[in-house]
Amino acid sequence: MGDLVAEKHVQYILSVQKKKDSFESVVMEHLRMNGAYWGLTTLHLLGKLDTVDVHEVVSWIMSCQHDEGGFGGNVGHDPHILYTLSAVQVLALFNKLDVIDADKVTNYIVGLQNEDGSFSGDIWGEVDTRFSYIAICCLSLLHRLDRINVDKAVKYIISCQNMDGGFGCTPGGESHAGQIFCCVGALAIAGSLDLVDKDLLGWWLCERQVKSGGLNGRPEKLPDVCYSWWVLSSLIMIDRVHWISKEKLIKFILDCQVI
Amino acid sequence: MHGRPRKPLKEEDESVLSAKAEKLHSLQSQFLANHQNRIYTKEALDLSAKLLEINPECYTAWNYRKLAVQHNLSESNSDSDASLFDQELKVVENALKKNFKSYGAWHHRKWVLSKGHSSIDNELRLLNDFQKADARNFHAWNYRRFVTALMKISDEDELKYTEKVIGVNFSNYSAWHNRSVLLSTLFKRKAEGFSHKEKVLQEEYKYVHSAIFTDSDDQSGWFYHLWLIDQTVKNDAPLLVSSWPSHGANITLNGNNSLHGSGLSLLNSTLSDTKTLPVILCFNQAVEGVNSSTVVVKSELLKEDLVWKPLSTNNSSTAQVWVVYLNMGNMKLQLSKTYSIEINIGHSMGILSSNGYHYGAPSQITFEVCVQTAYTEPVDGQRGKLTSWKDNDFRKIDHFEESNPAVSADHHIPTTSNWCMEAIDEEITNFQDLSDCKIRKLTLARLLIALDLLSPQHDKRKNHTEEVLKLYTELMKLDPTHSLYYKDEHSLLLLQQITSSRESLIPYCHYYKDASETNTSYVCLRLQNLSLSRMGSFENLLWVQMLDLSHNELRSIEAVTIAFKKLEKGLTVNFLTGLEAMQLLSCLNLSHNKFGSFTALGPLRLLKSLKVLNISCNELGSHSIDTRRYLCSSPLAHSEVFAWDRFEILCGSYSATKFWEAFLIFESLNLTDLNIAGNAVADENFASFIVKVLPTLKLLNDEEL
Repeated sequence: MGDLVAEKHVQYILSVQKKKDSFESVVMEHLRMNGAYWGLTTLHLLGKLDTVDVHEVVSWIMSCQHDEGGFGGNVGHDPHILYTLSAVQVLALFNKLDVIDADKVTNYIVGLQNEDGSFSGDIWGEVDTRFSYIAICCLSLLHRLDRINVDKAVKYIISCQNMDGGFGCTPGGESHAGQIFCCVGALAIAGSLDLVDKDLLGWWLCERQVKSGGLNGRPEKLPDVCYSWWVLSSLIMIDRVHWISKEKLIKFILDCQVI
Repeated sequence: MHGRPRKPLKEEDESVLSAKAEKLHSLQSQFLANHQNRIYTKEALDLSAKLLEINPECYTAWNYRKLAVQHNLSESNSDSDASLFDQELKVVENALKKNFKSYGAWHHRKWVLSKGHSSIDNELRLLNDFQKADARNFHAWNYRRFVTALMKISDEDELKYTEKVIGVNFSNYSAWHNRSVLLSTLFKRKAEGFSHKEKVLQEEYKYVHSAIFTDSDDQSGWFYHLWLIDQTVKNDAPLLVSSWPSHGANITLNGNNSLHGSGLSLLNSTLSDTKTLPVILCFNQAVEGVNSSTVVVKSELLKEDLVWKPLSTNNSSTAQVWVVYLNMGNMKLQLSKTYSIEINIGHSMGILSSNGYHYGAPSQITFEVCVQTAYTEPVDGQRGKLTSWKDNDFRKIDHFEESNPAVSADHHIPTTSNWCMEAIDEEITNFQDLSDCKIRKLTLARLLIALDLLSPQHDKRKNHTEEVLKLYTELMKLDPTHSLYYKDEHSLLLLQQITSSRESLIPYCHYYKDASETNTSYVCLRLQNLSLSRMGSFENLLWVQMLDLSHNELRSIEAVTIAFKKLEKGLTVNFLTGLEAMQLLSCLNLSHNKFGSFTALGPLRLLKSLKVLNISCNELGSHSIDTRRYLCSSPLAHSEVFAWDRFEILCGSYSATKFWEAFLIFESLNLTDLNIAGNAVADENFASFIVKVLPTLKLLNDEEL
């Protein structure tokens, strides 16, 4: 087992940022705002955030904002809660939250909360607990969490809790590690983790670690390194991370490196 | 997509891909221009369809198509309407062929259907196709739930559908999950054929066995089986599990000034500022509505209505443990006279569980209070007396007088129906064959615990604790990846075993220094060196004033409670309560454990009586990640008001980020003796900070201040 080849990862991210005409880049053009969040956060973790041009990034982000306050995934794309969070997160990363009108962004998100406490992704009404997390996380970053009905938001999230202690996209939806991260994260920010059956969910989550040491997203599925984030952070939030093997997971992640 | 290896591109592939990229890029640019300029002609629409066929993830194109439909619906010709919608459904089908997990595509279809354009057969046919392609596609399952709700297909029919799917392949977690959702709904509304839960569950056990025994490595059936056990065992109605004082207790109040005379020497102001006697009620689940009408307290001592408080670590109005403080200081108590106090619980409605169930059976607790010695004011400037935790300061207790109520382990566990026990018994016989299958062993352990839980108090012959402890130890070896999970379960069960009765507790009870049989305020429960990684059974420890948990492997003092849940589905209700229930605790030793953060000590904040705390030789300040951060009520979790002003004054020039958690925990306590030595965080700066936070402190790290 080798080490984390940090420098190569930095180079990869910077090259992806520049190469805008590859097929991969074009087909994901509409979610570039998400990509910016993942890439820049990684650079920050590796201590290399200063290798990007802050002003370039910030002006690009602002060019994606619409009059309603929400942000699109890239220039010309419609506003959506997904990209609004990524925009705010990236600005927060650069300590540049002062460039936006926080109330305007807040109003956009407040307008997306439904009667039952759930959140729509945009004006077209798709409801998913991912959006509950996004709304709560975003407003928390903007110090405006009190502008939405947090109690109802929490109630809706809990209505998506399943027999195995996990959470799905909507009430009755099957438990999935990504949804679990969103729901647990939202409840954590809202101070409502006492509503989670931590032992039951913790056990379901720790059972995601398979023989190879990797983590899968649901029972009987293949492991994938992305679940190292969704499952691991969920376990940490509910203080059950000691129920998986750290060494085995590290080995799996490093084995996934393409050197 | 998951599980795809990354291969380096060949030269021909590179140029093909490059051409593809250019083509897609031009499509997307054109599309964005159409969208910007609100062009909804046939050509423009066709372009967007082409785009979505190649890239169904381009969400703006789905938005555009909805706008186009709305725009073109201006002609109120119902035929062309229908064909408009048909066209949309076709575009969705094509997109789903490319990526059957596209959120945008599925939502577009829902949008079309919600416009009233629908054909059940068509949708179900589509879903069956997707089921064949990937039985675990949760988008398809979500869509199925949407369609069946829209078209009012019955839960019973959907239940049959899950059987069909499971029949094809047992390993279909999604189908089993859906089954649990449907059954919960059917139980809840007591649908025809589902009103006798027991009969249904019996059938379900038989049904799931076929899955479990066919392929025991597959988890799907096992998780469902666990849910069945929970449905069998759980008790919906809230009931009283334990209390302090317990029924028939004799409480003696001594007025002496001892630092350790908490609980029983109540006229001592070092216990609390208000000279109170706590009465603690511990229920089997979180409840609301405990007040002076639902819990009636009768005694010649009491002149006013009592205010019951929920003991919740996050300021909730529901809690598993409720407490009231009797204001003894205000009552004119005669020396050596015995007063009786009667508590009637649940004789009038109002105590509710979070699921809306009313308190089960009305109950009554009676105890007696007697004042031995008059209270004397403490001498000003009195030096702090050092609490010793050394072995030679403790003496084993050989026996307790039967009438002595200090060690109380009574439970008011309800009698359960025979069927529950029979069902669990039956399941156990199915799993006795312990082939080295981890999940089979784990299920057996859970079944045995369930059986013991259901057995009536008096019939404890079949106690399986030893067997289960052995199973957990075996599991730690069999499945080392998850060994700390089994260790936690082992610890919980061990504590349950130790605290379950007077007989089992006595070996761990010791007199402190010069205590004697008649003066039980000096009894210490010593639970060191038991390899405990987890705490629990607090409902059996309400009487404890001095507790030694040193030299274990504890990382937190949380126990698990499910506080509040308005759900149609049921979940496991644990009989566990947190440390905050131990309202009489005045001396606590947590040294030589694995506490990694101050937030892990959160429950201590509710211990009004705590005076002596030893957290030396832990890992406070050693970890960069705090796994208790969001579990402790704090400003970060948006659930706590923080005394910022006081904090800033006390913190001064020191690093606020280092100290705010310690401030959060300690600022509401009235400790006289604190030991934090042997922790990475405990440098001189921290020591002087903490002394300022705790004005009542007389001893720090075993040294007088």
